[in-house]
Amino acid sequence: MWIYEKKLEYPVCVSHADPQMAKFLITQYGGPDGELGAAVRYLSQRYTMPTGAAKGVLTDIGTEELAHLEIIATMVFKLLKGIPPEEMRRQGLGGQYSQHDHAIFPQDANGVPWTAAYIGVTGDPIADLNEDLAAEQKARATYEHLIALTDDVCLKDGLRFLREREVIHYQRFGETLMRVRDYLGAKKQF
Amino acid sequence: MNDDQMKMLLNIQQLEFCAIELNLFLDTHPGDHTALKKYNQVAEELTVSKKAYEKQCGPLSNFGDDTSEYPWRWVQGPWPWEIDYPAKG
Repeated sequence: MWIYEKKLEYPVCVSHADPQMAKFLITQYGGPDGELGAAVRYLSQRYTMPTGAAKGVLTDIGTEELAHLEIIATMVFKLLKGIPPEEMRRQGLGGQYSQHDHAIFPQDANGVPWTAAYIGVTGDPIADLNEDLAAEQKARATYEHLIALTDDVCLKDGLRFLREREVIHYQRFGETLMRVRDYLGAKKQF
Repeated sequence: MNDDQMKMLLNIQQLEFCAIELNLFLDTHPGDHTALKKYNQVAEELTVSKKAYEKQCGPLSNFGDDTSEYPWRWVQGPWPWEIDYPAKG
């Protein structure tokens, strides 16, 4: 079960509304390397992990990704706050407004909706943990692109926090992969 | 949310970040005495800070985490995405 905590993992502020940045940023909500995919990927993979440490890492990082999903939603919500429909249209968000108004919908920066096809869950712990390492790097790269797309110091601060978390998760998944490989190697012979 | 409440919230976010980070580290280093000691210290401090915040600002968690005053406090704002944090930079 999960318990909600009525607070963000990290304080989110934006200096000013910026609908174009909201459109770019939404990819970390529902895009191929976004936080929704990360959470569903890890929380689905954990059931077939062979060690307590691997189950723990996937549960805990999967849970932290849900907190990141909320951070991204908050950023997008604030970036769109108070923007009238005609301004959204002018800035390339006419499609967003017509389908979702100012709401937060899991889609990528081009409006493609989230799909489970973004994630891999093979039941093979080595394959799954390698997928997780790649996923963390792809998310880090996306955060670096997003940081390059804005000059808002407040927003950059939050994005840097999220980028750092990808680096830490990569580190923990790497350690987990080594341990799982040792564990399986000790048990199996081909 | 007033300045005092904001300070309390930021303090909880800092403490809980330490707890998350130590938690993930301990998942792959379960025998690390120093990290475990730090985790236990942070956990105690976090419990105290959360109780103080909840008394002033309302519950952080529901589903039986704590009792509620009348009327039901959980649904009172601000919700996390509605809070204006101080600007950075």
